[in-house]
Amino acid sequence: MDPSQIQLNKEGRLKHFLTTEGLSKEILSEIIDTANSFISTQERSVKTVPLLRGKTVVNLFFENSTRTRSTFELAAKRLSANILNLDIASSATSKGETLMDTLWNLESMYSDMFVVRHADSGAAHFIAQHVTPNVAVINAGDGRHAHPTQAMLDMLTIHREKSGFENLSVAIVGDILHSRVARSQIYALKTLGCHDVRVIGPNTLIPKDIESLGVRAFNNMKSGLKGVDVVIMLRLQKERMQTALLPSESEYYRLYGLNTEKLAYANHDAIVMHPGPINRGVEIESAVADGPQSVILKQVSNGIPMRMAVMAMAMGGQNQEQALLEQDQEGAK
Amino acid sequence: MSLPQPEQLIANMAKALTPFAQQDDVVMIGIHTGGAWVAKQLHEQLNLSSELGLLDISFYRDDFSQNGLHPKVKGSQLPDIENKTIILVDDVIMSGRTIRAAMNELFDYGRPEKIILACLLDVGHRELPIQADVVGDKIERPVNQRIKLSGPTPLTLTTVNLEK
Repeated sequence: MDPSQIQLNKEGRLKHFLTTEGLSKEILSEIIDTANSFISTQERSVKTVPLLRGKTVVNLFFENSTRTRSTFELAAKRLSANILNLDIASSATSKGETLMDTLWNLESMYSDMFVVRHADSGAAHFIAQHVTPNVAVINAGDGRHAHPTQAMLDMLTIHREKSGFENLSVAIVGDILHSRVARSQIYALKTLGCHDVRVIGPNTLIPKDIESLGVRAFNNMKSGLKGVDVVIMLRLQKERMQTALLPSESEYYRLYGLNTEKLAYANHDAIVMHPGPINRGVEIESAVADGPQSVILKQVSNGIPMRMAVMAMAMGGQNQEQALLEQDQEGAK
Repeated sequence: MSLPQPEQLIANMAKALTPFAQQDDVVMIGIHTGGAWVAKQLHEQLNLSSELGLLDISFYRDDFSQNGLHPKVKGSQLPDIENKTIILVDDVIMSGRTIRAAMNELFDYGRPEKIILACLLDVGHRELPIQADVVGDKIERPVNQRIKLSGPTPLTLTTVNLEK
């Protein structure tokens, strides 16, 4: 089955959120618009809305991530859901329980949604295909494959700062090879109509087939950043760097680290983004990270309404599918 | 049976709302979408100086479990409502569920002093103990009929028959 299609219910609405790949422009725009509406609720004294009242959301983190987990937790709470945080790395699976046993146990506790972070590519898809049909699955990052909520909060940030995607030039800089964020961003940007997407990095950190996604690859910052409106810096993923892909960190910083001088190649009103956590002095200079063009902390703020939007839409789509299935069963009787 | 002209109903409402509009600290809020159109006209006719509010109740609806989230959520834009007298405006009142959702949402923005409910048309068939303080008109219709307001220019009322 086309992997993007298991994300949609019979009516074509979102019921899981696993990847930005293959989703239509209409769905991606609906996600951005819904998140935009949630922003206004985040500025009130009472920040919760009752949409997911009585629902149980399980944060299923097989890989550590403090920020992603906490923003999902806050988003679930602001939708009035009950949330259970499971740090799997230190629990049942390490005692020998299989993944399927863990999932079946959680289903038996009447969970309504799983938020899954896993070091293996495809883990969230696997779970979406094998859990009982009324559980919505949100991918919070799987291996090198996808990190769709991060990509969409970045789209929300670009949309709010630059309004519209058609006429933008966007450069993604750094370790493209190991980055699930970059992949999800590229699919989202292309679908939303962005014509000029570039990746910049050493050849060893750029996948060979990257240009088949409709992006241009550059090996130097001067030509790659020329005239761009958005610069997305990626973290140098030291923990995923098993082979010697780089001569040294200082060499990397000299060539690809974003400092004031290199940022000047981009348009004067270009914004600087970074999915975090940032390595100051490794991929970005403090003067840029904290400077007037940086929107890094806005990305963090936008993470909560974006995750609220995706959770509310997926839960709504799941509920709708269950209602339709019940109707069909009654019709068959 | 022909439906009344919205302009005439709005004129009726404006007349009935005049005593409220002369009070201090009045804020008018229209419910997206039809209520917002009606509120805009009332706001002008009553010459209210305070900012007009827009309430989108998508995040507060009680049919989320059946229908999911509305694909075109607008987001509410409200002025400060703390200790204010709110004139809450909607187009057609029937079950009362929209108004319940709207009041729940309002209280998440603050504690108003008072809420007055003004509706263009009351078609009966209430499912909750909620009544409008001001209505443009009351008409009786079978339960499988809905009356829909189209707009914003011109505002027109039409009958929609539901499938049984």
